[in-house]
Amino acid sequence: MSEIKTIGVAGAGTMGAGIAIVCARAGYRTRVFDLQQDALDRARAQTEGFLRKSVERGKLPAEKLPEIMAQWQGTTNLEDFADCDFVIEAVFESLPVKHALYAELDKVCAPHTIFASNTSTISITEIAGGSGRPDRFVGMHFCLPAQLMKLVEMSPGLATTQDCFATAWSVCEKLGQKPVRTQDTPGFVLNYFLIPFNNDAIRLVEQGVAEPADIDLAIKTAMGYAMGPLELLDLVGMDTQKLLCEAMHGVTHEPRAACPPLVKRMIAARWLGKKTGRGFHRYADSKMFGA
Amino acid sequence: MSTYAITRAGESRSFPLPHAFTDKADAQGAARVYIGTDAGKAFRAAGELGACPFVAIELGTECLGVHTGEAAGHEGSNVVGFARFRLGRADPSNLIELVRQPATRDGTLQAARAAFEAAGLKVAVCADFPGRIVDRLIRPYLNAALRRLDEKLASAEDMDKTLCLGLGYPEGPISLLERTGLAEHHDVTLALYRALGQEPYAPARRAQVAKARQAP
Repeated sequence: MSEIKTIGVAGAGTMGAGIAIVCARAGYRTRVFDLQQDALDRARAQTEGFLRKSVERGKLPAEKLPEIMAQWQGTTNLEDFADCDFVIEAVFESLPVKHALYAELDKVCAPHTIFASNTSTISITEIAGGSGRPDRFVGMHFCLPAQLMKLVEMSPGLATTQDCFATAWSVCEKLGQKPVRTQDTPGFVLNYFLIPFNNDAIRLVEQGVAEPADIDLAIKTAMGYAMGPLELLDLVGMDTQKLLCEAMHGVTHEPRAACPPLVKRMIAARWLGKKTGRGFHRYADSKMFGA
Repeated sequence: MSTYAITRAGESRSFPLPHAFTDKADAQGAARVYIGTDAGKAFRAAGELGACPFVAIELGTECLGVHTGEAAGHEGSNVVGFARFRLGRADPSNLIELVRQPATRDGTLQAARAAFEAAGLKVAVCADFPGRIVDRLIRPYLNAALRRLDEKLASAEDMDKTLCLGLGYPEGPISLLERTGLAEHHDVTLALYRALGQEPYAPARRAQVAKARQAP
């Protein structure tokens, strides 16, 4: 397997932007693709803001900031991924959307390029089946916010070669992350527990058991969690939660994974969470977490 | 802030040891707090307490309505329920779940909240449902972790590590249950399963085994 020098990140949403920071910060030339130029502009501005804060907090030498930003190159043209040795996809949790993207990537990228998916709910083997290169395909699920959380759930598909998986594992470690091997099962470990848990918290709000602030306070105080479930959902976004629920419930049919009606109403009201200034809580700004 | 008298009726899970909240009690206090396993029984035996700024009854897994009665959704008075959250054999946490009914007076809630907060406790208000907030949310999660351990999703260590690293949890579910007691988890989740009738609360196999091994 040739040396990995350039990493492509497909999708400049919350997850994609965070993963791109991780890649650029680790010294990889990082290309970030999104169909929307404004999404790229926003991701770049958030990245710069996050890194500036890291400098202020003494976690990043000041001279590193321009170096990292120089590694970060946004594009709306997927053909710019032609020189990528490794591509991490972080687009909507929709199998047809992912298959369409990988079909294009397979045409653009070199044969040696490894494809990784940041999916948190869809089967790696199923996504790999539409990628044109199921043997060079891995699951690589970062946690939110990727630029701060070290865990990556690494899952091989049925056809993934050992060589490919070992290379992806090595890349993950070079990114400064902590990989954990998981089975290719719905939700892997993290979302298998998290999606139903968060839905249960939403249902407590729906049923009038408690206000969001009380639920978050109770869980943080009783369990020592850094964030309450509804604070975390505001960060994830209701639109993303709905997609996660649909993807997981579609496979498992577990009632707790079904999307609560309140989420759909909040999406209709544009109460998507922190990114729109209102979710279960209100926010004065939409700065990236940690910035 | 209202002064309060404490009536102890059996062993209290919320205050098994002296605490600022119990230290601040005053036998002549205007409000009444009933603690212990028989707190509800002591409240019911007390007679007229309508003039108190608040009356607080320590709850186990039961609803407040068991002690106050209910009235077609219009119930509520100067009586609140409470429990200091405590997971199995662990020490009590700093959380007070303060239970209100639909028509509980705002002044009652404020007075009770102020009394607990003055003792350094954090207060989350909830309606009168089985499991309140924390047990309602964590018991299905803990049961799912035990079931997935049986199904070999991952080893106990990897499952705990993934949830700690991925979500910043201070302790993974398996380690947490081993430390605080599987049999104790069994008792709480069984009570919720009976009250709510929902399968995620049914005690997982490992909890049933631990409970069975406690039997004489």
